[in-house]
Amino acid sequence: MSSQTINSRAARQHPPTSSLVTVNPRGLKRRPSKSGSRVRSVISYVVLCLVALAFISPLVYMVATSLKPAAETFTTPPTLVGSAIRWENYSEAFSYLPFGRFLLNGLFVAVIGTMINMAVSVLSGYAFSRLRWKGRNVVFVLFLATMMIPQDVLLIPLYVMMQGFGWVDSFQALIIPFAFTALGAFLCRQFFLTVPQELDDAARVDGAGVVKTFFHVMLPLARPTLAVLAVFSFIAYWNSFLWPLIIINDVNTYGTIPLGLQQFFGQQGSQWNLVMAASVISMLPTVLMLILLQKHLIRGIVTSGLGGR
Amino acid sequence: MVTLPAAQARAARPSKRSARVDPNAVHARRSWWGLGFASPHAIGLALFTIVPIVASLVISLNNWPMLGSPTFVGFDNYSQLLADPIFRTVILNTTLFVILYVPLNLIVSMGLAAWLSPKIKHRQIFRVLFFIPTVTPIVANAVIWRMIYQPDGLIDATMQSTIGVSAPNFLADENWAMLAIVAMSVWQGFGYNMLIFSAALDSVPESQLEAAELDGAGAWTSFWKIKFPMISPSIFFAAMMTLITAFQVFAQPFILTKGGPGSSTTTLVQFIYNQGFVFQQLGVASAAAWVLFIIILAITAVQFLGQKKWVHYE
Repeated sequence: MSSQTINSRAARQHPPTSSLVTVNPRGLKRRPSKSGSRVRSVISYVVLCLVALAFISPLVYMVATSLKPAAETFTTPPTLVGSAIRWENYSEAFSYLPFGRFLLNGLFVAVIGTMINMAVSVLSGYAFSRLRWKGRNVVFVLFLATMMIPQDVLLIPLYVMMQGFGWVDSFQALIIPFAFTALGAFLCRQFFLTVPQELDDAARVDGAGVVKTFFHVMLPLARPTLAVLAVFSFIAYWNSFLWPLIIINDVNTYGTIPLGLQQFFGQQGSQWNLVMAASVISMLPTVLMLILLQKHLIRGIVTSGLGGR
Repeated sequence: MVTLPAAQARAARPSKRSARVDPNAVHARRSWWGLGFASPHAIGLALFTIVPIVASLVISLNNWPMLGSPTFVGFDNYSQLLADPIFRTVILNTTLFVILYVPLNLIVSMGLAAWLSPKIKHRQIFRVLFFIPTVTPIVANAVIWRMIYQPDGLIDATMQSTIGVSAPNFLADENWAMLAIVAMSVWQGFGYNMLIFSAALDSVPESQLEAAELDGAGAWTSFWKIKFPMISPSIFFAAMMTLITAFQVFAQPFILTKGGPGSSTTTLVQFIYNQGFVFQQLGVASAAAWVLFIIILAITAVQFLGQKKWVHYE
């Protein structure tokens, strides 16, 4: 139970909005003794920008290399732009291996897996928070306990299980085993606990049963939480590497992006400009999600402390 | 949500009828509803987590080739592992990774979280920027760093053109390979902890910091005497999660070095992968996985016992 205590404490400690919208008191209560602090804060800001630049340089290097001619990938000193900007690298990367197929496979697996995850999580999260039933606490503790189990311990038995099902080399094997995460139930439960009980009562007075209350009152309210869960789940599926590496032998048919990239790297390892083009492609969906859904994502990480690890 | 409309249709009739019955009956009915709502998830978790964890123990007690029938061998796989010098190396490598990675990750993420105070302009942009490598495929991140570490790669080329000295061949040099993997892993992984610490620091009440300032406390003192104790639950939680995930490191060394040179960067999970899917000895692989599980459980237990000394809950 102690892990639950920590989670709920963490959730209470950081009100999600405070980190995003913070009033800036700059210049209001400045004491005269701090006249040098303006200079210091400018220096600090410049250094911070340099740190950020150094941090992001591997990604810049990736994009730069992906657009260079093959002969210019390794130059001393390193250059940002080659003698020509070769967009063709991208289409060539696509023609060496079926990257279009990998993208579609990855999207399919991630979207279906995420939908299953959301559906079962919102139902169980509701059951663990708003419905009273025998064994509820025992089952919830069991759910939390599964979060302690490292995925690597499950790989071998899951592989044997997939062999038994005849699912080796299949989309089911990529999707189903990891669609049931306790994290989803936990996130939804934490959300439903914050919904006032009066809403249930009002719905019941209006004659709505459990199912109607759930679909017409609770589910619409849970949308922001489900968005957080969807982002976590999608990213986890999209980036998953070890399980696909084990369960998929026929990469050209069932490969997802990380698997395809690894194989491409093995085959075309010396053609760095093409490998980097493929890397850029592999990063686009999740980076776009991060930029568009940053608030949801950050709120989810701050309230659960675990998303997507 | 493909399955939901069917469930709704099935459930619609009884719910309408029972809306006006006495409270006790409502309670009994709710009991079944709760079970019904939780069961799809519970069955999935049971089938794909709880059954496998038990099965994993069973497999580890058998000689279990990938193709062909298993035979019970008791604890032979475990004693074989303990006698295997490669397994010992692998445990040491993984421990070295954890010892280097976890503190570095926590220091970098805490440092940046403290730096990115609400006073910093465009703070949200910095946060998103530092978070990018945590959402990109780890395989892609590792491939980029493979090129950076390469002779004539970004580091080597920069050193040659500025100070005229070649960089070491990081990934082929036993002294450097693990450090290179740790550096890449910190780059790609500290974003989570940075966000957690950043939010925790935001929640420290301004009034306490002002009071400390009036008492003459500088930034350093007020960090260690006020902020650190107040956010210690977050630090504890982040440290634990980072430690657990660090023991499971796989993709970075797998892509960067394939575990080499020699077996100097082979980690425990890569060992499990090799035993299971290269040598096809699922029994040995499962035993190694249980060793990993036991290490993680033991460390988690020790951390929980140790937390009383430095973690302050309110």
